[in-house]
Amino acid sequence: MYPDYMMKSIQMVEKTRPKRLELAKKQGKQVFPAMSESERQAVLDNFHPDFKKDARREVRVGVNKGESLTTEVADLLESYSRVDPVIFDLNNPDHETDVLVIGAGSAGMAAAITAGINGSNVLLATKLRLGDSNSMMAQGGIQAADQKDDSPVLHYLDVMGGGHFENKPDLVKALVNDGPIAIKWLEELGVMFDKNEDGSMMVKPGGGTCRSRMHSTRDYTGAGICRVLRDEVYNMPDKIKYLEFTSIIELILDEKGQAVGAIGYHLETKQYMVIKASSIIIATGGFGRLHVRGFETTNHYGATADGLVIAYRAGANLMFMDSVQYHPTGAVFPEQILGFLCTEKIRSMGAQPVNHDGDLFVYPLEPRDIEAAAFIRECAERGKGVKTPTGKVGIWLDSPLIDLINGEGATQKYLPAMLRQYKRFDIDVIKYPMLVYPTLHYQNGGVEVDDKGETKIPGLYVAGEAVGGIHGRNRLMGNSQLDLIVFGRRSGYWASERAKKGVQFGKLTMQHVYDYEKKVAKLKIPRKKIAPIILPDYIPDHVKIKQKTTEYFGTLF
Amino acid sequence: MSEEQKMVKAFIMGEAYDVPEGSTIIMAMEYAGFQMKRGVGCREGFCGACATVYREKGDYKLKGGLACQTVVTDGMTLAQIPFVPAEKPIYDIKELTPDIDTIKTLFPTIFRCVACNTCTKACPQEIKVMDYVQALKRGDIGRAADLSFDCIRCGLCALRCPSEIVQYNAATLAQRLYGRYLNKKSPELEERIVEVENGKYEKELDELVEMPREEQSKRYYAREIKLK
Repeated sequence: MYPDYMMKSIQMVEKTRPKRLELAKKQGKQVFPAMSESERQAVLDNFHPDFKKDARREVRVGVNKGESLTTEVADLLESYSRVDPVIFDLNNPDHETDVLVIGAGSAGMAAAITAGINGSNVLLATKLRLGDSNSMMAQGGIQAADQKDDSPVLHYLDVMGGGHFENKPDLVKALVNDGPIAIKWLEELGVMFDKNEDGSMMVKPGGGTCRSRMHSTRDYTGAGICRVLRDEVYNMPDKIKYLEFTSIIELILDEKGQAVGAIGYHLETKQYMVIKASSIIIATGGFGRLHVRGFETTNHYGATADGLVIAYRAGANLMFMDSVQYHPTGAVFPEQILGFLCTEKIRSMGAQPVNHDGDLFVYPLEPRDIEAAAFIRECAERGKGVKTPTGKVGIWLDSPLIDLINGEGATQKYLPAMLRQYKRFDIDVIKYPMLVYPTLHYQNGGVEVDDKGETKIPGLYVAGEAVGGIHGRNRLMGNSQLDLIVFGRRSGYWASERAKKGVQFGKLTMQHVYDYEKKVAKLKIPRKKIAPIILPDYIPDHVKIKQKTTEYFGTLF
Repeated sequence: MSEEQKMVKAFIMGEAYDVPEGSTIIMAMEYAGFQMKRGVGCREGFCGACATVYREKGDYKLKGGLACQTVVTDGMTLAQIPFVPAEKPIYDIKELTPDIDTIKTLFPTIFRCVACNTCTKACPQEIKVMDYVQALKRGDIGRAADLSFDCIRCGLCALRCPSEIVQYNAATLAQRLYGRYLNKKSPELEERIVEVENGKYEKELDELVEMPREEQSKRYYAREIKLK
């Protein structure tokens, strides 16, 4: 429960609630004026964490050398391989397959299923278990323009506007035009979308959308999709073999510059393995566990940008890796759920962000970067945040409005995960608001691909959060769940087609790793700095210092 | 946390460690020095990787929970469950019928349920597990799918079941059957797919793809916002 001094602020929220409810009943979502282009720019420039002085720096090695990237990403890329590749016998692979998929979130599993159905043999490698991913944790929804008053064209405009018109247009076109088909594909696999009585989709708006096109499966949308895909992977043993607890730590090229394999590492038996493949799909997700600028994160334990590192070392180029998505509403109280996601669907259903005095200060459904920056402004510049007992600061998200607007029981029915999360810590969000602050949520950028999901390295495909370009420098709610499926399927299909045509393999090589490491060494970076880091490290210093085998940044195995 | 951190004693797999008061089980294990690979996942209660069995001080009861959601109490003894060796039948969802025959064929163990309610008591999501098992016995796929929807597949129900039922895999089947066969179809979705497949939006989208940024921005800020 909230301590007494916080309850005093909650009383002010309760006092303004009837008026705000009246406003919502009269004006729908438009309870506060949306920002103009110049207002958006001003709040971003002054308050978004990406625009802080040391948020970015020049990367000194690799294809993007000289470009300004998020500091933590540049640090990660300027690193050595986990092992000296000389120890591997590339001519005697442990596994041979048509398509190697790296990562088993929704993008990787959609790719594996699609390639399998298209007739290819698939090897699916994941460093934890099937389905262990950010996909599984997504709550709010999946966008697709399937309503009568909507169209892929309007969806296109929303995606571009959210991304500040810098997105790669061909990818956005693929995303929005494939949207309805992706929903149908999922439904035929057995995803239980929320429906109205007549079978029509129950849709909600999201930040920065001009229509309601958010499809959901309660507030377990990511799980509602990902667990179905996982079940389907289990059901295709003849086409899909999978390796769990197997991290891919390096790619193998051939002398023609094609991607033809990878080095795997089993986290438990500590064995390395050589995998040969006609096509490779990287679907390793994002980087939340790098804790950029010290932010808490909503991300899965395994979100350490491994795929980004190995693709970059092999010569793939990155786009928009100077941009980080902070989700406006991460929990800041109680301490045990610090940084956890409070889904945007809470605002889609009418909850309003209000300050210490219970006053509205922003349109509740701005695109995420704008909304997050406005929250930071309210706390930092205006001093209207609410302090927690441990010195953090937050904004009230007035969740009791949800039942008042949508009818009693709405929170229970459509936001069970959220209700359960807070109930575990004795807070009833139907009665009391939740305290939130921006939290590190999503990797906007990633590896550049074309609309088949292929990178500039022949045979190397990327899908899901590891892709850069679809969302520009800011993704909208529900477009990630959609891109996982759209580009998972596209990359799966084209990777499979490539394998079917037959690849003329040249001599397998890991020369790119040596070449890259030489450049890193020239920067006098200490040898112990290695990547991919595989898992984050939360062991406290006083214990760490006694773990003498902990030689390098990152994990100790 | 505060300057004077209060500590509690946790017996992690039987060994005593002092850990900060208020820690979840995951936090406590990491504080103690465990670099976790199994028994940890999303850390937010969505993935089911961190099923834990524990006993609280002075209590004989063996309880189940999620390590990322359960706060350590002084004197708690606990262990993480690395894996649940549960049966999972292979099927082609396209070939099935959404009825009791499918349940009988794929999950015959469901009918061994003795209604002891141990599964429901074991569920960290507070799902009425036994009730959905009973619904499956009656062939009520819709009710089973609805009741089991929030299941995160941690496996605690199956581990405690005296009748060797794998409840959560049966729940997945029920949900998929409902989603594919029983959930009413959306006519708008079907219509839109026909339009997309006939290339209705190609031309306009291609124009946008080529459109200069300023013009796109103008169209964006001028678009009408109509939210349900």
